[in-house]
Amino acid sequence: MIYIVYLIFYGFLVTAIIGLLASWIDRKVTARVQYRVGPPILQPLIDIIKLSGKETLIPRGVSKITFLAAPLVGLSGVILVSTLLWVNNINQSNSFMGDLIVAIYLLAIPSISIIMGGFASGNPLASLGASREMKLILSYELPFVLAVFVPVIRSGFAIKLGQILTFQAENGVIVGSWSGALALIVVILCMQAKLALVPFDMPEAETEIMGGTLIEYSGSGLAVYRLMKNMLLFTLPFFVIILFMGGLRLDGMHLLYGILRYVGLVALITVIRNTNPRVRIDQAVRFFWGPVTVIAIIAVVLAFRGL
Amino acid sequence: MAKTIIPIGPYHPLQEEPEFFTLTVDGERVVDIDVRIGYNHRGIEKLSEMKTFDQSTFVIERICGICSTSHPFAYTRAVEDIIGVEVPERAKYIRTIIAEGERIHSHLLWLGLAGHFLGYNTVYMWAWKLREEILDVMEILSGNRNNYAMFKPGGVRRDIKSGDIPGVIKKIDSIVPTLTMLKKAVIDDPVLHARTKGIGVLSKEDAINYSALGPTSRASGVARDVRKDSPYGVYDKVEWDMIVTQNGDVFDKAVVRILEAFESIKIMKYCLLKLPKGEIDLNIKNIPPGEGIGHIEAPRGEVFHYVRSDGTNRPVRHKVRAPTFMNLPTYKATVVGETISDATIILAAIDPCYCCTERMAVRNIKGKKLYNGEDLIKLSQEKTEKVRRGLK
Repeated sequence: MIYIVYLIFYGFLVTAIIGLLASWIDRKVTARVQYRVGPPILQPLIDIIKLSGKETLIPRGVSKITFLAAPLVGLSGVILVSTLLWVNNINQSNSFMGDLIVAIYLLAIPSISIIMGGFASGNPLASLGASREMKLILSYELPFVLAVFVPVIRSGFAIKLGQILTFQAENGVIVGSWSGALALIVVILCMQAKLALVPFDMPEAETEIMGGTLIEYSGSGLAVYRLMKNMLLFTLPFFVIILFMGGLRLDGMHLLYGILRYVGLVALITVIRNTNPRVRIDQAVRFFWGPVTVIAIIAVVLAFRGL
Repeated sequence: MAKTIIPIGPYHPLQEEPEFFTLTVDGERVVDIDVRIGYNHRGIEKLSEMKTFDQSTFVIERICGICSTSHPFAYTRAVEDIIGVEVPERAKYIRTIIAEGERIHSHLLWLGLAGHFLGYNTVYMWAWKLREEILDVMEILSGNRNNYAMFKPGGVRRDIKSGDIPGVIKKIDSIVPTLTMLKKAVIDDPVLHARTKGIGVLSKEDAINYSALGPTSRASGVARDVRKDSPYGVYDKVEWDMIVTQNGDVFDKAVVRILEAFESIKIMKYCLLKLPKGEIDLNIKNIPPGEGIGHIEAPRGEVFHYVRSDGTNRPVRHKVRAPTFMNLPTYKATVVGETISDATIILAAIDPCYCCTERMAVRNIKGKKLYNGEDLIKLSQEKTEKVRRGLK
């Protein structure tokens, strides 16, 4: 029963609220950087409510079930993974063996749902976007998993998020070591790509392929995708905080530190997306398989050496 | 392998005007393109022929909101060519100032859009913020942000007040540091290099063969600028450099435009400081029969106007050739073999302006009958009759 509460309250509600707030921070900061005023605080929520009230158009000749299920698959992936993270964050012993691997799998689900939706749309531009998303996943998953190895190795081969958190509570955060810092850089870059933000927003690239994978989505389908993306803006940094920065503690001063860590990560994401042009997909693949993978491997080697 | 058709247009977030490009792609690579313009035809030449010479200036100004000085400039020079007069010295200076102001704001607008097309919205917003300053300068000088209405055959319509000049120069100077920063941000950015260097290369031969104009040709190493080749205004009195680069890729086109903005600031400041006293208008009353041409360097390249007069107060024929008309075909030479991601920025790199370009599009698809003006009028009258009959 308690897990239902976790699922609905933490997994969905809290994550959604923080995610919407984070997306507002992102939009507002972006706007201020660009000499614009920016949206009011409720705008992300208003966008989603408005979209869910609009007509959902389904293109002729597509598989309705796949087309409409794709956003829901993505959303449920995000809800599941954030539930898993919250459970671990709140009670570190209340988990199962290998939940880290499950989390990595679940974090890939949103991207896969976008690919599903894109190919289901039957639009050449959407297929193009979906194929780009696919290439992007192939490129960033390798360094991402390598970087996630680092906390695992450092905490004595624990593949439970709870154990990694306990290790950090006793021995200091993982980012404090050389290997942890390098792995964090890699993870942040991969996070940018997972969130499909500039410079890795080519699956959606408005000025190239007009929204790519999302081109045929309207109404509630689009609203669910938007919600999913906003929730990812909380879930992914949360995952990084748990693995590298000792998690979010909800008592007293620690809460403030936790908020600072999170806001710092979101600010970093915003800065990266505002100071870079979009790269081409082949450049992104080369970037992730080249320098980023090399850094990740160095981090893993350092972690083995105990640095 | 099956080829996919990727449409750009007729309505596309990339373009602010309706036009239609069909890219035939193989995976991400463009193998062929087809261009179809003509969605924006407004019959400007015909309209101009129905107005008096003075009124035409205003119509011509509205060919394009961005080159709103280049077209009247070329047109007034064509009319002055018919009469065979030179405008007063002060009018020449004022014309040059306005034309250069327009060049700065046009290049900044392009820079912003190019940033936007690359997903670099910060450059987009910053360039446009900077452009606001120039628009303010233009408002102080002419009373309008765009469509300045400064030109008339024989001179300029409004004088520049000497009291305004120090303030304007101060404002222009205040732009330079921000523009320098923007230049560094664009020219030194390694990610931008990766996206724009070696992309959409227009070779020197192609630039000559396609008769590319303006920054498009100058980026390919063809030193072609009406301001140097056939000076008008006071361009022969001012010291300025023609910016020519050799590579012909998107990056070089950006560099040419950014550096040209600096040259324009130099020219503008010189003209404001050296503005001579005297008349600003010749007060032309009659325009003799004859024909004249006027060509000037617009921000996008050479604008060419041809005007024929029969001695009445209206032009009998007015022909406009905008730079995009010559630059657009180079798209085919530059885009084939590139990827879809680059197709849009390569198109944007020629700084296309379709409303300038669109006159009359004749497309003869095998065996179809071609209509001339009279046929079209007849068709239109038949249609009206049909509608009228339908009403009864």
